[in-house]
Amino acid sequence: MSFWQRHQVFEKNSIILVIGILLVIAIGGLVEITPLFYLKSTIEAVDGVRPYTPLELAGRNIYVREGCYLCHSQMVRPLRDEVERYGHFSLAAESMYDHPFQWGSKRTGPDLARVGNKYSDDWHVTHLTNPRAIVPQSIMPGYPFLRETELNADNVADHLKTLRAVGVPYTEDQIANAAADLKAQVDPDNAGAEALTKRYPKAVVRNFDGKAGAPTEMDALVAYLQMLGTLVDFKIYNEKANLR
Amino acid sequence: MSASSSTKSMTIGESGLSLIFAVTAFLCVFAAAKALDTAFAFHASLAAAASAASVFFILNRYFERGDLPPQEINGRPNYNLGPIKFSSFMAMFWGIAGFAVGLIIASQLAWPALNFDLPWTSFGRLRPLHTSAVIFAFGGNVLLATSFYVVQRTCRVRLAGDLAPWFVVVGYNFFILIAGTGYLLGVTEGKEYAEPEWYSDLWLTIVWVVYLLVFLTTVIKRKEPHIFVANWFYLAFIVTIAVLHLGNNPALPVSFFGSKSYIAWGGVQDAMFQWWYGHNAVGFFLTAGFLAIMYYFIPKRAERPVYSYRLSIIHFWALIFLYIWAGPHHLHYTALPDWTQTLGMTFSIMLWMPSWGGMINGLMTLSGAWDKLRTDPVLRMLVVSVAFYGMSTFEGPMMSIKVVNSLSHYTDWTIGHVHSGALGWVGFVSFGALYCLVPWIWNRKGLYSLKLVNWHFWTATLGIVLYISAMWVSGILQGLMWRSYTALGFLEYSFIETVEAMHPFYIIRAAGGALFLIGSLIMAYNLWMTVRVGEEEVQSPVALQPAE
Repeated sequence: MSFWQRHQVFEKNSIILVIGILLVIAIGGLVEITPLFYLKSTIEAVDGVRPYTPLELAGRNIYVREGCYLCHSQMVRPLRDEVERYGHFSLAAESMYDHPFQWGSKRTGPDLARVGNKYSDDWHVTHLTNPRAIVPQSIMPGYPFLRETELNADNVADHLKTLRAVGVPYTEDQIANAAADLKAQVDPDNAGAEALTKRYPKAVVRNFDGKAGAPTEMDALVAYLQMLGTLVDFKIYNEKANLR
Repeated sequence: MSASSSTKSMTIGESGLSLIFAVTAFLCVFAAAKALDTAFAFHASLAAAASAASVFFILNRYFERGDLPPQEINGRPNYNLGPIKFSSFMAMFWGIAGFAVGLIIASQLAWPALNFDLPWTSFGRLRPLHTSAVIFAFGGNVLLATSFYVVQRTCRVRLAGDLAPWFVVVGYNFFILIAGTGYLLGVTEGKEYAEPEWYSDLWLTIVWVVYLLVFLTTVIKRKEPHIFVANWFYLAFIVTIAVLHLGNNPALPVSFFGSKSYIAWGGVQDAMFQWWYGHNAVGFFLTAGFLAIMYYFIPKRAERPVYSYRLSIIHFWALIFLYIWAGPHHLHYTALPDWTQTLGMTFSIMLWMPSWGGMINGLMTLSGAWDKLRTDPVLRMLVVSVAFYGMSTFEGPMMSIKVVNSLSHYTDWTIGHVHSGALGWVGFVSFGALYCLVPWIWNRKGLYSLKLVNWHFWTATLGIVLYISAMWVSGILQGLMWRSYTALGFLEYSFIETVEAMHPFYIIRAAGGALFLIGSLIMAYNLWMTVRVGEEEVQSPVALQPAE
């Protein structure tokens, strides 16, 4: 029987054909994906990366909701011009608590992986409200409604619990205090502000949108943007330990 | 009348489905009342209304119908064309909608005032609407319509199931409705081309399993000994999309009464899953499925057999094996480990070969019939689509080479590449298939006007050329500007200067998109008139030839 005749077994049996397809398409995915879950070198050993504070997380959800990832990447590649323009190239460890990842695929606007602390809160609020007020040539949409919309913080603890279920190491303490932490982060006079920074090292407590009262969506989004790329201290990062 | 209605009884499908939908309607009303956010309440209400309507239609159909339609009439298969008509109509509808939204977002990039500073009209929410509308709504309905047609014809049996095919086509379009309105309301998982939230994903899973069952059962009960090559590709498309969908979308909702969920995968693993899915949405949804269309409609229209049977075997297995590996080329130089990137690049380059094998098989099918290109604009559209397929499957492997990718990634070059495939290949092969299919299923002698097809062809081709050349120039220009250094060793351009440089190309791109949209409007008019005023074809009494 020639090779071509042997192939008839697929052409005459639909179930064998389906099984053949399943086997053939399974190989590539299994080889490329499964090792990423057990090879230790996949995610670098690094200090400083922590789960998002409730406010940062809420801001990140707004970032996802508005589709920011469609124009902004969060992944600096190890190329000379990118490292000079944006900062140290991104580590896998820096996004290990990101569900979903937001590396992006297009830079209609600049990379945001290290945008934290580059501009003032005021700059971000003005820019998000009307980008062309600061950068006349900008083609970014304006988001004036963020500052006018109160942040929905009803079930913030449930968000943390759900993330813990998918692998983000939130502690009992962090979940129990989620609602309080969310409010405390926009109010430096709040009694809980200090406890928040203990629970989340390097968390910044500020009135991000400059408006008194309950936290707005603008508060959350700016809090998120201002922490991006700030958790790892690259002055003490040991690159040699993570060569792969 | 009364005699026949007293003897007929409800099928299991009719009673079961109406019961399930009745229960679903109540559950959805309950969910709408308990909803945590307005988008979820809106979607639950939509689902409740749709379920109630389904119960009504199923029962109404039962009381109206006589016996179930026969499997054969006079020894000839009694093909089920209703669901195909529905999908063809929806394909045209979503196509125009998707192209129009594409034109809007292209214009927003040229003139940002068009975002209107409102949440539901901003680029970030409209862009998923555009991609989903053209890929899953337009492309998906073309695939549903053609697969249900081709599988019946090449197996010479009526489509399996009575209500099931209707469940698939209507259920799929309901999924599109939920996903699309969700994007506008800010409901998204934030994963490109897999944006629908957990409940839309669950619904799609159910619809897709029924789709597989209908298709597979039809193949199993075929009257032909061999399964025709187009059906291999359809099967690979249906099976693999199911695997990809399940692999990329496992998400845990924050509450069962709210729209927000968190994906099970995180960080680098999520990135790999995403582009394993994303690239194979291209490989299996936009390629394998449409190759099936090529393998049926080009031979049929050219009235020539497929060029090489052996080439189609090699094409099939090599293509589906190699495609799955190509995902990591979307993640070159990222934090994904190097070994995965290298594997992805290697297989992407190898993928060039089966892709061109398929192109050759499609093009060479015209051997001895090339003269038809002069007289038949529909065939011309199909053939040009295969040429675009060849072009973008050369460009793709080239862009997957790491050094090329370091320039092209994050720029408009990627967008141009996608559109040469999407507009040129998927768009044109779909248009060609619909131009063939509509007269066939509505039993018309031919199209209303071939001249209008010609107009469509040239308008759309000009649009594509404008689109992809503008994106090549802007993409390469932007990539070069980002890495440009002055003589003193400083970065030469600020980011915003590169944005400014894109402006003229964004206008040209929008103009190209407008031409493509105009072409599709010409097509819609032509198809509408074909159905409305076209001359009916008289059925010949001669038995049908097998399609192979």
